[in-house]
Amino acid sequence: MINVKDIMETITMIDEENLDIRTITMGISLLDCADGDQKRSCEKIYEKVCRKAEHLVKTGEEIEKTYGIPIINKRISVTPIAMILAASGGNPVEYAKTLEKIARTVGVNFIGGYSALVQKGFAAGDEALIRSIPEALSVTEHMCSSVNVGSTKTGINMDAVRLMGQIVRQSAEMTADRDCIGPAKLVVFCNAPEDNPFMAGAFHGAGEPDCVINVGVSGPGVVRAALAKLGPDHDLTEVADLIKRTAFKITRMGQLVGREASSRLGVPFGIVDLSLAPTPAVGDSVAHILEEMGLQTCGCHGTTAALALLNDAVKKGGVMASSHVGGLSGAFIPVSEDAGMIDAARSGALSIEKLEAMTAVCSVGLDMIVIPGDTSAEVISAIIADEAAIGMVNSKTTAVRVIPAIGKNVGEELEFGGLLGSGPVMRVNTVSPAGFIHRGGRIPAPLQSLKN
Amino acid sequence: MRAVISVIGKDMVGILAKISAKCAEVNANVVDVTQTILQDMFVMVMMIEISNLSCGFPELVDSLTREGTEMGLSVHVMHEDIFNSMHRI
Repeated sequence: MINVKDIMETITMIDEENLDIRTITMGISLLDCADGDQKRSCEKIYEKVCRKAEHLVKTGEEIEKTYGIPIINKRISVTPIAMILAASGGNPVEYAKTLEKIARTVGVNFIGGYSALVQKGFAAGDEALIRSIPEALSVTEHMCSSVNVGSTKTGINMDAVRLMGQIVRQSAEMTADRDCIGPAKLVVFCNAPEDNPFMAGAFHGAGEPDCVINVGVSGPGVVRAALAKLGPDHDLTEVADLIKRTAFKITRMGQLVGREASSRLGVPFGIVDLSLAPTPAVGDSVAHILEEMGLQTCGCHGTTAALALLNDAVKKGGVMASSHVGGLSGAFIPVSEDAGMIDAARSGALSIEKLEAMTAVCSVGLDMIVIPGDTSAEVISAIIADEAAIGMVNSKTTAVRVIPAIGKNVGEELEFGGLLGSGPVMRVNTVSPAGFIHRGGRIPAPLQSLKN
Repeated sequence: MRAVISVIGKDMVGILAKISAKCAEVNANVVDVTQTILQDMFVMVMMIEISNLSCGFPELVDSLTREGTEMGLSVHVMHEDIFNSMHRI
């Protein structure tokens, strides 16, 4: 018989501490859907994805029922659409509409892969797709977009960085009537992983199998509750050990759900993303974990060190719990999706500069940050360049998802609703980096890339 | 295959009887039962065999959860694998 205390611990984690599986994401390759005729391409994509994902949502719901564990989102990621566009040409937005139609047909929460990988330069389809992103995001609701502009191996494509500053702004302008929701579904990456189950950055990489199940777990509330029980008198080694033990349990559940989904759907199991993904719900905040460690407010000095400890312990605990680890794997710090981060930003304790430092030691980057509506495209590009540089030099994934709040300034807020939450407009350093950004070209790959 | 039924709340007459009657209705054999008090709450944990259920597992989950709500108790029915994977290496 299983120990009653263990049973109660699991139930408490789920009922009171917001433990959940954040997402089951089905990755589907579209390489066999590319066709010289765009209309035919769209038809093939619709047919294949709907066929593969037909039972995804239902199976997710059955697993929720069987194990009593909430699975918040069911999602799909597909091959970067720029690759399909390279074969077909035509108006990229047609693909966006197709993806949106698929999301509605199969009932998933998000579909990701309106993406281009341009870390070294633009191939056929890439630039057209990137330029279409603002319109694509404005005519869809469930579709997410991402662009990889750099990597440790290739350096940073500064032409793409310059372009993405404009694209982020335009995406906000075109959805200004909907709280600028467009750029909330657009991520600019450095070192983008090809098996990431989390949105908005999920896409199905070219090296992936035809169809695969990836799982992202959540559970900041569980870690915070465990630390609260530990109390303030225990040293940081004990804190790290406790986080490891907790992360192990959370990840084992992800492994179980992934294995079960894979077997029920007859699709290979890819990876578990070892993540602490917050939600705006009270008690599900990464910032509150850091505060539980003894920081007055997230964002004060000491935050980077606390986050480094947390991120490392989550990985160490999770890695043994799962047979294959991948995706982004680490603690997330999206401001608008985390109640503690929102409060810290409102109070002024948390600044963009501090968040940038934090991204050097955690997954992923400057995420869900609302910036003033008059922030120039060059400043946004420069934010992207800084973040990509951190990723490139540290051989890690970094990303930027900032939302220019058109017509708003510091002190005001945007409300996205759902998992995306709401966020205060944060102050941005507006001293101009325009000369640097307009040079274009490539930042060469760092010495770290020469490992052979 | 086995599942764990946990009942949490205020102790009263007939909890065990009502839950086991529901199990018997759908051919779920009760393998083990323990009762304890945890943090002032009555906790009953019941292990049941679900290989030969006469209904689907989700229906059993719904029916027991409903029964619990009527008695003012919190009832969870979960496949044992979630506990095994979380608490055993």
